[in-house]
Amino acid sequence: MSNVVLISVIVLGALGLVSAIILFFIARKFKVYEDPKFDEVEAVLPAANCGGCGYPGCRAFAEASTKNAGKEKNLDGFLCPVGGNEVMQKVAGILGLEVEEKDPMIAVVRCNGSYAHSPDKVKFEGVTSCSFAHALYAGKGGCQYGCLGLGDCVEACEFDAIHMSLETGLPVVNDKCTACGACVIACPRDIIELRKKGPKDKRIFVSCVNKEKGAIAKKNCEVACIGCGKCEKVCEFDAITITSFLAYINFANCKLCRKCVDVCPTDAIWEVNFKPRKPKPEAVRPKKIPAKETVSASAKKQEAFAEIKSIVSSNTEKSEK
Amino acid sequence: MGLLKTFVLGGIHPPENKLSANSPVRILEIPPQVVVPMGQNLGAPSKPVVKRGDKVKTGQLIAQASGFISSDVHSPVSGTILKIDSVMDMSGYRRPAFIIKVEGDEWMENIDRSETLITDINLNPEEIIAKVKEAGIVGMGGATFPTHVKLMISPGKKADYLIINGVECEPYLTADHQLMLEKGPEIIVGTKILMKALNVKQAVIGIENNKPDAIELMSALAVREEGITVQPLQVKYPQGGEKQLIKAITNREVPSGKLPVEVGCVVQNVGTAFAVYEAVTKNKPLIERVVTVTGKALKNPSNLKVRIGTPIKNLVEMAGGMPDDTGKIIGGGPMMGKALATLDVPVVKGTSGILIMRDEASHRLAEGPCIRCSKCTQVCPMGLEPFLLSRLARIGNYSSAEQEKVMDCIECGSCQYTCPANIPLLDYLRLGKSKVGAMIRGRTKK
Repeated sequence: MSNVVLISVIVLGALGLVSAIILFFIARKFKVYEDPKFDEVEAVLPAANCGGCGYPGCRAFAEASTKNAGKEKNLDGFLCPVGGNEVMQKVAGILGLEVEEKDPMIAVVRCNGSYAHSPDKVKFEGVTSCSFAHALYAGKGGCQYGCLGLGDCVEACEFDAIHMSLETGLPVVNDKCTACGACVIACPRDIIELRKKGPKDKRIFVSCVNKEKGAIAKKNCEVACIGCGKCEKVCEFDAITITSFLAYINFANCKLCRKCVDVCPTDAIWEVNFKPRKPKPEAVRPKKIPAKETVSASAKKQEAFAEIKSIVSSNTEKSEK
Repeated sequence: MGLLKTFVLGGIHPPENKLSANSPVRILEIPPQVVVPMGQNLGAPSKPVVKRGDKVKTGQLIAQASGFISSDVHSPVSGTILKIDSVMDMSGYRRPAFIIKVEGDEWMENIDRSETLITDINLNPEEIIAKVKEAGIVGMGGATFPTHVKLMISPGKKADYLIINGVECEPYLTADHQLMLEKGPEIIVGTKILMKALNVKQAVIGIENNKPDAIELMSALAVREEGITVQPLQVKYPQGGEKQLIKAITNREVPSGKLPVEVGCVVQNVGTAFAVYEAVTKNKPLIERVVTVTGKALKNPSNLKVRIGTPIKNLVEMAGGMPDDTGKIIGGGPMMGKALATLDVPVVKGTSGILIMRDEASHRLAEGPCIRCSKCTQVCPMGLEPFLLSRLARIGNYSSAEQEKVMDCIECGSCQYTCPANIPLLDYLRLGKSKVGAMIRGRTKK
């Protein structure tokens, strides 16, 4: 009996030993040298694998940045938007390089065509996908540049940072935004833009991307940019340019003086996270559609529905039977 | 009549509802103002050759083709160009268009407006194609592919069949049917012109069996002509699809991603054949077309001959006015047409019908779960698996959707029509097609 045990132990032990020796030599023969810095860099990255840096995942970013650091001795063109400066400093530290401080960015939704501002003219019953709706028709409110409100950006976000507001039907970005740019790519209408977060999160931007003439834009949406040029004239820093009836504020030049906000006749320019202005009460306008506006919103919506004659849904329907 | 042919794979039988059948084509009055979009064809939009304030005559060239797949646009009325502006099209997007104020109806001098039938064609194929191009003719079935491009067969390929599509498989629509009944001899001459342009010896006019009068008339006319035959077909949707029609008539199958000329066939609509006749024998450009205006609640469903650019609301008025319980207005037929956002959009070269649906019939039913009944797979005329493709598009797996041949989908809507769970299959298929199309374009660019 003890013989059997002994034989098994010896045979298995010998087998194991031989295999171990073979494996040892094979492992040496096929060894792939990997820079240990890959692992170090990867360890400090956020591991979100969002692709915001332009590489397929954090590992690919770590490999590419390490290789580039070895060759070019700089980190130009490498930025992890999720980790921001903090992480980039760490990466630079590991690679023994200096890195420039970059301004933190945030995704900004440049459309204010809410239910109240751009009442529905047609009814859409198709699939809830912006890409599909964009190919099908101009949009419920009639604006062919505006937000379709079907949430492709929400689906694209890996960070739970963008949600549809039920009151306005527009996406709202929250503090979790890492500026990875996934929503920018997902939006078929290029409404979302990555802009500077600004000092103390203060920022000013044109909340409209409508390139139509003022009269047409205004007909579909009362807060559309009509390209009147008042903001361009009042701006002292050459930050505002108007191309095809649409103002754009260059955040690199903007000094956040808020003059453009005051002159905008359609309230298309938004100021975010500023303190309300004291002396001129009439100049203070509700900017971010506070909750009190929702009452009028639903009333206007119903009014608009009463006028609805045609209904856009998808193209194919079961015919009348 | 011989044995009735049809295509093999799939197909459905929606209620025909040809309400406007046997209602003769009426001519709609010219409206005081017309809107003529520049891009009325598949492909590149045309470039304007007239300015604001210019006087134009009926049939005058106002916009020129701007690329290979592009077509000319002619003024459908005489008057003054009020402005060149962006105007809402069927989908609600604004596109450049001419707005023309109508003053009288003065035609270009070289256009023969008489009704006499001209049967002699003394032109060579190149001259015919040039005339078709000059007349701005596009596929009248709805796809609006420039006809002259279809007639220029790329070197190395040869067509041996011309198929004239008189199927009109869409429910409700009767414009092609009426055109065949009223302009039969002209269509036959148009067919002969097209045969000459393509240098083919055989032409087949395919007509579905629900139009016996048209089959009889066209057969009687065709026996006198050499090479032209009429093929009655079983009633089945989507037989009017190019690939389905080729399969039904010649039993040839167009390979995936290839054009019909690959199997030696060229398909043209009867409306296109008529337009070609008018262009070649009478120098008349494509400035008017027959449109079916129909709907169950409509007082007077009719077939109307209208100038391009006439607002759709004029057509609806002529057909008895807008019914009260209208839920949806569709440009085209119920299966492949597009819901309109407004009645102000103009008739364009590809408008085959206006369908007014009652409110109760124009809403989608609640979507249920897929029960794997495989009905969509059975009815797909392209042999695809719509349930799988829609699922792939829904989860965003577009590379698999491409492998499963989503680009072969002809968007006929049979799958969605037949789905017992009311799943919007076609919506997802279209989403998949647009995403995969973008992927393919991105690849070829690199």
